[in-house]
Amino acid sequence: MKYVDEYRKKELILSIAEKLKAISTKEIVLMEVCGGHTMAIHRFGLHSLLPSNIHLISGPGCPVCVSGQHFIDTAMAYSKLPGVIITTYGDLIRVPGSFTSLEKERANGSDIRIVYSVLESLEIAKNNPEKKVVFLGIGFETTAPATAAAILQAKQENILNFFVLSAHKVMPPVMKALVKEGVKIDGFIAPGHVSAITGTAIFDELASVCGLGVVVSGFEPVDMMQAILMLVIQIESGKQRVEVQYQRVVHTEGNKTAQRMLEEVFKLRDDQWRGLGMIPKSGLKIREELKAFDAEVQFNVEVPASSEPKGCICGQILRGLKTPVDCPLFGKKCTPSDPVGACMVSGEGTCATYYKYRV
Amino acid sequence: MKNSEDKIMLGHGSGGQLMHKLIEEVFIRHFDNPILKEQTDAAILTTGTEQIAFTTDSFVIDPLFFPGGDIGKLAVCGTVNDLAVSGAEPLYLSVSMIIEEGFPMKDLETIVASLAAEAKKAGVLIVTGDTKVVNKGKCDKLFINTAGIGRIKKEDLLISKALNLMPGDVIIINGTIGDHGMAVMNARESFNFKTTVESDCASLNHLIQNLLDNSTAKFMRDPTRGGVASVLNELVQKIKLGIEIDEAALPIDRGVKAMCEVLGFDPLHIANEGKVLIVASETEGLKILERLKTHELGKNSAIIGRIVSDYPGKVVLKNETGGRRIIDTLSGDQLPRIC
Repeated sequence: MKYVDEYRKKELILSIAEKLKAISTKEIVLMEVCGGHTMAIHRFGLHSLLPSNIHLISGPGCPVCVSGQHFIDTAMAYSKLPGVIITTYGDLIRVPGSFTSLEKERANGSDIRIVYSVLESLEIAKNNPEKKVVFLGIGFETTAPATAAAILQAKQENILNFFVLSAHKVMPPVMKALVKEGVKIDGFIAPGHVSAITGTAIFDELASVCGLGVVVSGFEPVDMMQAILMLVIQIESGKQRVEVQYQRVVHTEGNKTAQRMLEEVFKLRDDQWRGLGMIPKSGLKIREELKAFDAEVQFNVEVPASSEPKGCICGQILRGLKTPVDCPLFGKKCTPSDPVGACMVSGEGTCATYYKYRV
Repeated sequence: MKNSEDKIMLGHGSGGQLMHKLIEEVFIRHFDNPILKEQTDAAILTTGTEQIAFTTDSFVIDPLFFPGGDIGKLAVCGTVNDLAVSGAEPLYLSVSMIIEEGFPMKDLETIVASLAAEAKKAGVLIVTGDTKVVNKGKCDKLFINTAGIGRIKKEDLLISKALNLMPGDVIIINGTIGDHGMAVMNARESFNFKTTVESDCASLNHLIQNLLDNSTAKFMRDPTRGGVASVLNELVQKIKLGIEIDEAALPIDRGVKAMCEVLGFDPLHIANEGKVLIVASETEGLKILERLKTHELGKNSAIIGRIVSDYPGKVVLKNETGGRRIIDTLSGDQLPRIC
């Protein structure tokens, strides 16, 4: 398959592994912030190909995992309102809220539908004019432009029964927050698809001010090995900067159209990250001019104070401070079929990935 | 069950861990008997000196018509295959229909004709049935249940019990995996992938009979819901040995592979309706492979892995770079990733 097979070539992967062994001398910690990267590392067993002085840790890049408990609880409250259809990307329906999950509410009779694209949600709204259709907007700069496009389309076509509950977030503030908190990181394997939208300037400060290596990487094993090699070369030579490995997709200036749509629909707000707390200017709120589509404005629901599950160390895992095996609940009380924390739910969550691929 | 508030969720029917738990904790607990406890695809019953296999399956597929088949064809193949992989020669089927008020007569007739055609092809007779019509909205168009009876020869009695499996035994499949699940998904959802992927839905009894008559297989199972991963995981639990699958050897259609890449699915978890997994000693396995390849339904057969003494109770996938990962059963519905 084109764009897949050539990036999974055994000889290429092994030759990069050899190079790494030859040039890498320092103990370094690299963080991948994207859930897709976490999954690729485990799926292709890349850990086992790296020299023992290169440590990979996983960051807060799984959108399902970082969506605050309050967001899930709010979605649940909407689902109980009469005439409401909740539409959501699949992973979210199994995330435990403070009291229940969307999956359980669906079994209780709420109309909750899985969609593969926000535009499907818009279709559902068109086809059910007597219902109110709420789309649960999660994800970073990757999924947010699609949500923005749907809101703009709803406005243009005057679809007034379509609403978005936005938990969309942006990546750079959380990356900076981790560094400021003192998590030991020498370089970031930066998210490929986020960068395809935003361009690479968002990482400049991490390199110039914090002195970290940043390489935007693709998601195939050759991509990731090459990105790691680029980071090691930077760090070994003391020339940390922002580089793009994923050049077939990412351009320095990003996708201007998507950026314009994001700007038109959303504004930055302080936002709650599961396990990490409030991070300034890290969330996307729907602008006042488009409040007709903002579920937070249009629906008035009482959401009880949310509670994080006891004993769950998702927060420390999302900071890269601990790994899932350090958690007393991992694989015992918390499994993919009965998850306690969000990191065990999404296929891209660090805990689910560890659980699924551990040999 | 642990809580009186618990409700049935879709995941309870998807062939993964949730369903296994439901079967253990509710059905087997109440129905408790030694025949059921075997949990084979078909129950093996003794009448006089003869052994018969008896099985049942319900079909609730949406859409009713999909590339490569329809609910009628599927209802015959599913039950015929459950009998065939148990080492039985399928003979008689029952067909029960639950039809929603307002269902087009024309579609019903097409589906019934399809049931008849597939039964003829498989060489089974549909000898009894039942019809129920429910109010509009009380079922989704049409549900079909089929049950089947087959005769088992003494020498084939143990095929579903997975006895005498040993490290070094090979695991064979008769062709590409994941075709049925992805064809149906593409027909149902609004992806509009331009692909030629078709369901592999087929009655395997002739192919399997040919194998049983000419070679010795140690175990057979059809990897339907939950896919190859589910069958292999059940098997390792039973035999207390491990299984190593060679990723490069897995036959996967290009279209299925591409859809899985886009949606983040693992083809090993996707349903098949015309596939059988066979375990045999290496020598017998090579013979079986050659024989399978001469059959229309086995052209793309391959040895995909082996029973190993490492990793007892686990199914491990070896990828091309030598990395290894666990292949688990699905814990609920397979959900698409979001970014």
